[in-house]
Amino acid sequence: MTVAAMQRPPKVARQPSAEGVRLALSGDWTLFASRRLEEEGSRIVEEARLDRMVAIDLSQVSQLDTAGAGLINRARHDLARRDVAVTLEDVRPEYSTLLEETHYRAFAAPSRPRFNVIFVLLADFGESIADALHEFYRGVGFLGEFVSSMMYVAANPRRFRLTSLVAQIELVGFRSVPIIVLINILVGGIVAQQGIFQLLKFGASSYTVSLIGILVLRELGVLLTSIMIAGRSGSAITAELGSMKMREEIDALLVMGLSPFEVLIAPRVLGLVISLPILTFLADMAALFGGMLVAWWYGGISPVAFASLLKDAIALHTFLVGIIKAPFMALVIGLIASMDGLATQGSAESLGRQVTSSVVKSIFMVIVMDGLFAVFFAAVDY
Amino acid sequence: MTSSAAPANDAAQQRPNRDVIISARDLVVGFGDQTIVKGLNLDVYRGEVLGVVGGSGQGKSVLTRAILGLTPTRGGSVRVFGQDRDALEPLERRALEQRWGVLFQNGALFSGLTVKQNIQMPMRETRDLSQRLMDELALLKLELVGLNSDAADKFPSELSGGMVKRAALARALALDPELVFLDEPTSGLDPIGAAEFDALIGTLQQTLGLTVFMVTHDLDSLYSVCDRVAALAEGRVIAAGPLETLLASDHPWLKAYFHGVRGSRLTAARVEQKDEQWKPAPTTP
Repeated sequence: MTVAAMQRPPKVARQPSAEGVRLALSGDWTLFASRRLEEEGSRIVEEARLDRMVAIDLSQVSQLDTAGAGLINRARHDLARRDVAVTLEDVRPEYSTLLEETHYRAFAAPSRPRFNVIFVLLADFGESIADALHEFYRGVGFLGEFVSSMMYVAANPRRFRLTSLVAQIELVGFRSVPIIVLINILVGGIVAQQGIFQLLKFGASSYTVSLIGILVLRELGVLLTSIMIAGRSGSAITAELGSMKMREEIDALLVMGLSPFEVLIAPRVLGLVISLPILTFLADMAALFGGMLVAWWYGGISPVAFASLLKDAIALHTFLVGIIKAPFMALVIGLIASMDGLATQGSAESLGRQVTSSVVKSIFMVIVMDGLFAVFFAAVDY
Repeated sequence: MTSSAAPANDAAQQRPNRDVIISARDLVVGFGDQTIVKGLNLDVYRGEVLGVVGGSGQGKSVLTRAILGLTPTRGGSVRVFGQDRDALEPLERRALEQRWGVLFQNGALFSGLTVKQNIQMPMRETRDLSQRLMDELALLKLELVGLNSDAADKFPSELSGGMVKRAALARALALDPELVFLDEPTSGLDPIGAAEFDALIGTLQQTLGLTVFMVTHDLDSLYSVCDRVAALAEGRVIAAGPLETLLASDHPWLKAYFHGVRGSRLTAARVEQKDEQWKPAPTTP
């Protein structure tokens, strides 16, 4: 049986008879006919609505499915409401079961509650603020739980999972080195190029070196590294903890009397706290190197001159300002990533949402923290 | 269930002149250097409920996926509705695929759509219907599978396991297919839910004249709804026929399956029930 052979369009033919009217249905009353089926279904009502008695003859119907049967039943229902007596004739036994199963049901479209747009917008706005506050509150609680479990570990050093920590440092620190060095060389170079190009107008292109030195060491090195790690490792931590939560692995830990903070979160957060300053140092060096190369080729400042200008421009504290920030950034990234991972619900969509939210929140918080540090260092004049 | 014994027997007797709806010949399917289905032959006849059993990893799911065209085959042929899928033009293949419905093991409902939208998806994509008719049909299908119309506007994540299966079955039936594939329809359901689902499959099969290809581990389903059973082992069909034939078989795996601790408990109970209707079944092909 091919598809083409199946197509016998449904038809309604009106035949006047002694008692009233007789409608002979023929063809395939199946969903295959689409719109045609629907039109023929409503034609049953149109043809018969002015009569008193109608006999629907199904003897010529070659195929019937639930849609066809449903439409015939709908027509019977509509006619009955207009006081037309309907009888079915020549119904094959297999069709009669189908017609019985598909008896007409009144279909009520569910009414959707309507709201004012402004009202909805305001409610959304309020809700997101309440959510943010709640999130912050939860974050503080999470930090407290982390600190208390770290104290516990400090008091019982044998509970500390050194292997796990080393594995995390490799994963977060060591494996990120190539990408972090690469982007920082590029950014150092771009800052140098822009510095030389713009400062040349004032004949001050040698100040480029101070620009690179201060900007990179104080801000860019740590900021770029943190953002990169939030995207690369924060998301990985959220996904890992989230999938463990989904598969009830976290619950399995809890019922064994183990704390997920101690087993899972402490090594991850500590791994970040140890790795990020090291990565920041490498990032600083890479950016300075990139800046030096561009200054040499593009600005004609030789490496020796670059080094002596740099020595005049920066001091140890310039470097330390950047490095001091790194462990705090790591703590924020690690805590947000772990918290969002543990907040995963049962479904895969929820995991995806948590990973996105973890990365967005971490990057946002890294920038906010950087701003707070800038205010702080300015206030203490460091 | 005594009612299913009769169709089982006449299915066997009428077999030579019945319409073959799926026929697999010398089918070979594998992944990498592993061959899972090794020269399998299987026929499914129009209007029957075929149960496919087999140990884990014996290729039940792979066979289903190969018939559906989800897993490429390495050899042999599969003809569905008398047509060789691989030889069809894309449009003809699409038309063929609209004649079957599939219930995946975990439902595979689209999570971003409500139950009603899930059921209407195949209608909307392949037919030209008014929204009113689609709504009516969706509710009709929901009622056919025993779901309340309240479920229509829920999302799959808000449904229980049994409801997901029913909703997925409603979607599989959306276009009134002639052939329905069920992958472990009763797994993950409690015994009451599983029995209800078996009864539902039986009712739907009779009402809509479906052909059902059912992969199952559930011995109860085999007894209550299947007209014929095909047992898979070592990548082949080791036996196919009415359940009685398989029960009488000497094959060690079949003996272990049906006459093991769980199997024999059920077999004893069932055989007593339908003793009067039991007759020696013909030998397997």
